[in-house]
Amino acid sequence: MIEHAPQHAEARLEVQFEDLAKQEHAARFGMWVFLGSELLLFAGLFGLYTAYRATHSAEFGEAVHHNALWIGTTNTVILICSSFTVAWSIHAIRGGRERTTTLMLLLTMLFGTAFLVLKGVEYSQHFREGILPGRHYAFAELPGHGAQLFFTLYYFMTGLHAIHMIAGLGVMTWLVRRVIARRITRSSHTALELGGLYWHLVDGIWIFLWPLFYLATR
Amino acid sequence: MSTYLDDQRGLRSWLVTKDHKRIGILFLIATSAALLLGGVFALVIRIKLLTPGPAMMSALTYNRMFTHHGVVMVFLFMVPVIPTVFGNFFLPLMLGAPDVAFPRLNLASFYVYCAGALVVLSSLWFGGVDTGWTFYTPYSTTSPTAVATAAFGVFLVGMSSILTGLNFIVTTHTLRAKHLGWMQMPLFVWAIYATAIIQVLATPVLGMSLLLVAVDHAWALGIFDPSMGGDPVLFQHLFWFYSHPAVYIMIVPAMGVVSEVVCTFSHRRPSSYRAIALSSLGIAFIGFLTWGHHMFVAGISLFDVGAFGILSMMVAIFSAIKVFTWTSTLRHGRIRFRAPMLYFFGFMFLFVFGGMTGVAVATSSLDVHWTDTYFVVAHFHFIMVGGTLTMFMAACHYWFPKMFGRMYPERWALIATTGVILGFVFTFTPQFLLGNAGMPRRYFTYPAEYQWLNVMSTAGATILAMGLVLTAGYLIWSIFRGPPAPRNPWDSRGYEWLAPTPPPVHNFDEPLAITRGPYDYHLPERMDA
Repeated sequence: MIEHAPQHAEARLEVQFEDLAKQEHAARFGMWVFLGSELLLFAGLFGLYTAYRATHSAEFGEAVHHNALWIGTTNTVILICSSFTVAWSIHAIRGGRERTTTLMLLLTMLFGTAFLVLKGVEYSQHFREGILPGRHYAFAELPGHGAQLFFTLYYFMTGLHAIHMIAGLGVMTWLVRRVIARRITRSSHTALELGGLYWHLVDGIWIFLWPLFYLATR
Repeated sequence: MSTYLDDQRGLRSWLVTKDHKRIGILFLIATSAALLLGGVFALVIRIKLLTPGPAMMSALTYNRMFTHHGVVMVFLFMVPVIPTVFGNFFLPLMLGAPDVAFPRLNLASFYVYCAGALVVLSSLWFGGVDTGWTFYTPYSTTSPTAVATAAFGVFLVGMSSILTGLNFIVTTHTLRAKHLGWMQMPLFVWAIYATAIIQVLATPVLGMSLLLVAVDHAWALGIFDPSMGGDPVLFQHLFWFYSHPAVYIMIVPAMGVVSEVVCTFSHRRPSSYRAIALSSLGIAFIGFLTWGHHMFVAGISLFDVGAFGILSMMVAIFSAIKVFTWTSTLRHGRIRFRAPMLYFFGFMFLFVFGGMTGVAVATSSLDVHWTDTYFVVAHFHFIMVGGTLTMFMAACHYWFPKMFGRMYPERWALIATTGVILGFVFTFTPQFLLGNAGMPRRYFTYPAEYQWLNVMSTAGATILAMGLVLTAGYLIWSIFRGPPAPRNPWDSRGYEWLAPTPPPVHNFDEPLAITRGPYDYHLPERMDA
C-alpha cells in the first residue's frame, strides 16, 4: 500500500487553515458542536419520557420492572468496557503503538456487536410476549395505556440509540482500515480522537437510558 | 486572472465544487426555486379566495395548497435562504478566510438539502399533505395523506441546517484573519453566528418531533394520541420549542443584512455596534423561552400563559434596540436611495408594524380573540416573511456586483422594489382586518361580507408576484449582460469589498490585513493606498 504511505504535514493541511494545529482544533471543535446537537436530538425524547412518566408513573414503574435487568446491566458493562478500549486505542496511537491501536479498536467493535446482539435477544423476547410499539401492543400482563406508551418510547429511544451504535461500528471499521493503512499515525490521529468522542457519546446516552428503562421501578 | 466563476468550467465542476462561493450560488438557485414554487401555491390560494363559496378545487386540494405553501416557504426557503446563500458566500470573505472550515461538509449540506427538498416535494406525488405546515397531532398521525413522507423530508432539510450551522460556528471561531477580534467582525457575521447557534441547538428537537410524527403516521404508534394515553399538547410543546426559535433563524440573518445595508448606504458607522451585535444574541437566547405563546388556547395553565406572554414581550425589547440603533445610524448619514436601501425602509415598516402586532398577540386576553384567525397570519407574514423576504431581496441587489462582477439596472430595481413592498403591504393589511373581523385561517369558504378585503389581498399578492418576477428577470439578464462592476461600487468599508470582483477561488490574492474596522467611514477604504 505504497500510495497510503504517511502523508506529510504540508499535504494534510487544507488551504483555509494557517497551520495543522488550528486545523485539528477546528475538527475537534466541530465534533463537540455536533455532539451537542446530537444530545438535543435525544433531549426531546427524554423530555417526552419525563412528561409521560409524570402522568403514568405507576404503570411506568411496573413496565420497568418487566424489562430484563440482567440484559440491560450487562449491556451497560459492555459499553463501559468498549469506551475503555477506545480510550486505550487513542492512548496507544499517541505512543506510536499501532498494533495495539488496531487490537483495541477491534475489541471495541466486538463489544459493540455484543451489545447489539443482546439488544436483539431482548427485542425478540419482547416480540414473543406481544410487546410491540403503539397500536400493535398486545401484552396481557400490563394492559394499560401507560405501559403501552412506555414500550413505544422504549422501542423508539433504544432503537435510535441502536442506530447510533451501528453508525459507530461503521466509523470504527473505517478507523481500523485507516490505522492499518497508516493513514492514522502517531503524528496524525485527529480522526481517531473524533471517532472516539462519538463512541463515548453513544455510550454516555446509554448510561442515561439504562436507569430510565431498567432501574427506575418506582 | 481567473475568478471563482470561470476557474473551472462545465456543469460537473459546479456540482462537485467545494468552493463556498459556488455552493452559495447553488443554494441561491435551489432556494429561489423553492420561493417560486411556494409563491405559486400562495397565488393558487389567493385566487381561490376571490370567491366566498367553493370554487376551482376541492376543499381537500385547498388544504393541500396551504400546507405545501407553508412547508415549502418555511423549511425550503426562509429557514435556509440567507445563511446558506449569503452566509456561505460572504462569511469567509468577511473574515478574510479562503473558505469555510469544512468545505466538503458544506457541499454535503447542499445535497442533504436537495434530498430533503425532493422528499418533501415527492409527498405531492403521493397525495399531498393536508395538515398545515405545523403537523399538529393527533390529526397529522391519522390523516390519510402523505404526512410521513413530508415530515421525513423536513427532517432531512433540518440535518442540512445543522451541518451548515456547525460549519459557520467553527469557521467564525477558527478562521478570522489576524487581528480580527470578535468586536471588529462585520455585523452580518454576528447575525450568522447567532443564527448558527440556534440552528444547531433547536433543529434536532424539531427533527425528533417530526420523525416521531412520521414514524407514528407510518406505524400507528399513537405517541400523541389521547385514545392511547398520549398527549397531543406535548407535540405542540416539542414542535414550537424548535419552530419558535426557527422564526429567529429566519429573521436574525435578515437583521444582519439590514446592518450592512444601512451602514453602507448611510456611509456611516452604526450608532452602536455593540447594541446590534449583542441584541442578536439576546434574541437568540430569549427566543428559546417563548414557545408557549403559540399554545395560549391549547390548554396550558394560566400561569404558563402569563409567563410565556411576558417572556415573548421581552423579544420586543431586543428588537426595539435594533430598530432604534438602525434609525439613529441614518442621522447625519449620507443617504443614497439605491434598491437595497429602499428595501431597508420597507423592512423597517413591516418589522415595526409586525413587531407591534406581535406584542399585541403576546397579550393573552387579545390572543384568545385573534388565535387561528387571519390576524395571526398577517402578523407572522409581516414580521417573518416581510423581514426575511425584503432582506433576501436587498442582499440579492447589494451583493450582486461582488457575486457576479456585473451591475444590475438601478431604475428597474427601484420600480420592482416599490412593487414588492407595496404589493406586500396590500396583501397583508387586509388580512389584519379580516382576522380582527373574525375570519378564521385555513378555511375553504367564508361569508360574503369578507369578500372585498379578500379581493384586495389577492390584488396585492398579484403586485407582489409581478415585482418578484420582474426582479428575477433583470437580475438574470444582468448576470450575462450587465455592465462590469467595479471592485467596490457602493464605497462600502466592509471587508468583503476588499476582495477582487468577482473573487478568485480562494478569495484574497494576499492575506487580508485588518488595519481598520468594517464601518470606519472616516478612514480611506484601502489603508495601504
